[in-house]
Amino acid sequence: MLSLRHFGICARAAIRELHDSMRNLLTETWPWYMAGPMIGLFVPALLLAGNKVFGVSGNLSHLCAAILPGKVEFFRYDWRRVGLWNLVFLAGVVIGGFLASHAGATHDIAISAETKGALARLGIHDFSGVAPHELFTWHALLTARGFVSVVVGGFLVGFGTAYAGGCTSGHAISGLANFELPSLIAVVGFFAGGLAATWFILPFVIGRL
Amino acid sequence: MTNTSVSEFQGCGAGSEDAPEARPAFLAVYLLLGIAFGVVLTRSEVLSWFRIQEMFRFQSFRMYGIIGSAIATAALSIALIKKLGLTSVSGEAISIQKKALGGGLRYAIGGTIFGLGWALTGACPGPLFALIGNGVSVMIVAVLSALVGTWTYGLLRSRLPH
Repeated sequence: MLSLRHFGICARAAIRELHDSMRNLLTETWPWYMAGPMIGLFVPALLLAGNKVFGVSGNLSHLCAAILPGKVEFFRYDWRRVGLWNLVFLAGVVIGGFLASHAGATHDIAISAETKGALARLGIHDFSGVAPHELFTWHALLTARGFVSVVVGGFLVGFGTAYAGGCTSGHAISGLANFELPSLIAVVGFFAGGLAATWFILPFVIGRL
Repeated sequence: MTNTSVSEFQGCGAGSEDAPEARPAFLAVYLLLGIAFGVVLTRSEVLSWFRIQEMFRFQSFRMYGIIGSAIATAALSIALIKKLGLTSVSGEAISIQKKALGGGLRYAIGGTIFGLGWALTGACPGPLFALIGNGVSVMIVAVLSALVGTWTYGLLRSRLPH
């Protein structure tokens, strides 16, 4: 009887612990060694579901093809057949972002002190939220630095991914995992552009504009 | 223009043009996977402008650890799927069409242009949409601008070096 009661207490404690860790999973920041493999698993998940290659930026083409193909040959294809699955996936990404951000308390992104210091010297002082309010609010959109960050940045993302035929998911993850040389060239380009913008363009955009 | 197949130039996630249209039951699967991906992007914080800055300033291993272990996990999974000769739940043989190298210029130039935008917005396409879900509603403008960018590429495509 004693052992049975003991078992009951242990089981209850274990369930509580499991419950807590599940809660933490939904509310806490994941360590890199958990986040990375989780992202990588979307590649086999999509292949096994329907032989689909994981990649988000193709959706920008699909949306153009669906909304305004015009006379542009690049967008004259059957977007439903080619990309409906991916657009549905994309809708899920928005919903998932909403759900995750509403589960549990939000907290500042715990970036390194060095990064904080460097950004503060550029003129970023609000470290709450996932993106700085100095650049990414509707009000900031009317400032030069907000406009460059959102409108110019967005344009370059759309133009660049269409030109390169992929983004971080399609080239850096799916492509490199499949050992494709085009993807390696693209990823080198991603970092060349990212480093140039971070070190030469952003100091001007944030500090001077 | 030569007769290019959709999957050759349409970019990541294009799929093959002769692929059957996804059945409604499978669309639910893709929706659930997308929701999971949105949760992962949020909880891993890779959608954060601050994390992207930290990465491009080499001030934390975190993003490199995430991208590296994601690639390793995907590579091992692909190798395993090929070795076991698995077919998808929808009944197709699993095959990943390799991208054509061509002159390689499109990857170098296009990649660099995307990289500039990645650092400016602090987001690649997936996070751009996840951020809207996170309540950073101004990213709707970034998405619209990205659509204009993609459309502009489509318009200029025949005049750009590839």
